[in-house]
Amino acid sequence: MADLSVNVCGVDFKNPIIPASGVFGYGREYEELFPLSALGGIATKGTTLHKRTGNLAPRIAETPSGMLNSVGLQNPGIDHFIESELPYLMTKNLVVLANIAGSTVEECIQVAEKLESTDAHMIELNISCPNVKQGGAAFGTSCEMAAEVTRQVRKVTTKPLVVKLSPNVTSITDIAKAVEDAGADAVSLINTLLGMRIDINTGRPVLRNNVGGMSGPAVFPIAVRMVWQVANAVNIPVIGMGGVSSGRDAIELMMAGASAVQVGAAIFTDPFAPVRIIDEMNDFLDSKGISSVKDIIGTVQPW
Amino acid sequence: MKYTQGKYIISRKTAIARDIYSFTIACPEVAEAAQPGQFVHIRANGFTLRRPISICGIDKAKGTLRIVFEIRGEGTAEIAKLNEGDLIDMLAPLGHGFTVNPEFKRVVLIGGGIGTPPMLPLAQSYGDKATAICGFRNASAVILQEDFRNSGAETILCTDDGSMGIHGFVTQPFTEIAGKENIDAVYACGPMPMLRGIAEICREKGIYCEISLEERMACGIGACLGCACKTKRNDEEYFAHVCKDGPVFNAEEVLW
Repeated sequence: MADLSVNVCGVDFKNPIIPASGVFGYGREYEELFPLSALGGIATKGTTLHKRTGNLAPRIAETPSGMLNSVGLQNPGIDHFIESELPYLMTKNLVVLANIAGSTVEECIQVAEKLESTDAHMIELNISCPNVKQGGAAFGTSCEMAAEVTRQVRKVTTKPLVVKLSPNVTSITDIAKAVEDAGADAVSLINTLLGMRIDINTGRPVLRNNVGGMSGPAVFPIAVRMVWQVANAVNIPVIGMGGVSSGRDAIELMMAGASAVQVGAAIFTDPFAPVRIIDEMNDFLDSKGISSVKDIIGTVQPW
Repeated sequence: MKYTQGKYIISRKTAIARDIYSFTIACPEVAEAAQPGQFVHIRANGFTLRRPISICGIDKAKGTLRIVFEIRGEGTAEIAKLNEGDLIDMLAPLGHGFTVNPEFKRVVLIGGGIGTPPMLPLAQSYGDKATAICGFRNASAVILQEDFRNSGAETILCTDDGSMGIHGFVTQPFTEIAGKENIDAVYACGPMPMLRGIAEICREKGIYCEISLEERMACGIGACLGCACKTKRNDEEYFAHVCKDGPVFNAEEVLW
């Protein structure tokens, strides 16, 4: 049995596996299948200052080895999260990354302020949602805006601040360096890639929002490349995600430089994916005689 | 247990119409928990998203479920390749099903096309208290009529082209019945225009009506919020989710 524990920004995780924001709600639905305490952490559904109803359906489409979504940050608002969801998660013995989003810098600040007096372990600031017209991706695609929202949220929180990056940019390393300089304690990547499908029988896009975020195994090589590039460009920890569906994928992303790994679309295919991945990572490490998962972080030897 | 995920043996597979298959699945714990109107979320080999399929039969004594589905695309085509003796990966039973009320003396079940299968467990629950009106494109698409007759329900068959049964839509015989009888509840599943027509008739006549909706879905259990459906709750607009709040909704709640 290998030691699977990792430490990100001073926060101890019993293992590096975290269901990604958006696929896992606030965890309740999956507790019916396995104890949440088996997980290293949970990145909760992106939560805004006020309740959001999200986009019209269809919000989901299958793609080759992946999927598109355009949920549009439907969520019950930060007050509901703090009163009704966070206390439940705090009893589950896992790290809570409270994922927050806003249409304006001011909204992000207000949401972070409300979390400051709670027990949530970390804040994951979403500057990269492709599915909302204002904010989201607008913050994430410019170094200046990404730095500005990071700097402002940094001022109001003492919690470890993880900034979640968009892959829909020319240079993700420039954005990563900008948010590092602005005070981010870690970065997480990649959010979904902007995509589109059209129903050729009707001539209409499959998604009612026309475009949506692509995820699933198809994006995994992009995630590996971006995690590797960012891990080499910054001095803060990187949390990797994007198409991870097996223990081997998680190991690969950690070799590329990730200190922890989020699992998203794979959970739709196999709801037990996070716990299966933890077991598979352990089996791999045991088979190689590696005693701690920490020993593989960033160990890729590039040609 | 509310729901679970596992691999179960397909004990019987039949092709019951063109591109429409019936699977009987040995899954005692799922059958034990299942209610009419619920669905199963099936993994299609090689695909990221599972496919939601409504439950067409629940046999708690034998520990089996029956599903009937149509090949609609590549995912359902992959599921249709499974054979008797193969394992099928299901997350089930899911969703909020139909209300079965033993006090009801007269109910009407309305199924359109591949919306017909979820009506069968209701026919079996209500027996001769039920009238099952089923509508199809044409005679070659007609399914499950013998099963409905065996349930004891009165059956009325319609086809769009008149090649079997009544020439016309299910709303025609339903309007007649609703005009002359006291109906305690109407249950319906099928294309949206059909459901909307039925809901309108029920609202005019003051008949309680439950409808089963479908939507593109990811998690199937209410976590990802992918399968949104506009509804009204306490006079407020509310994006409900077909997988958890539904698939069965009180027709009055749905905003069309």
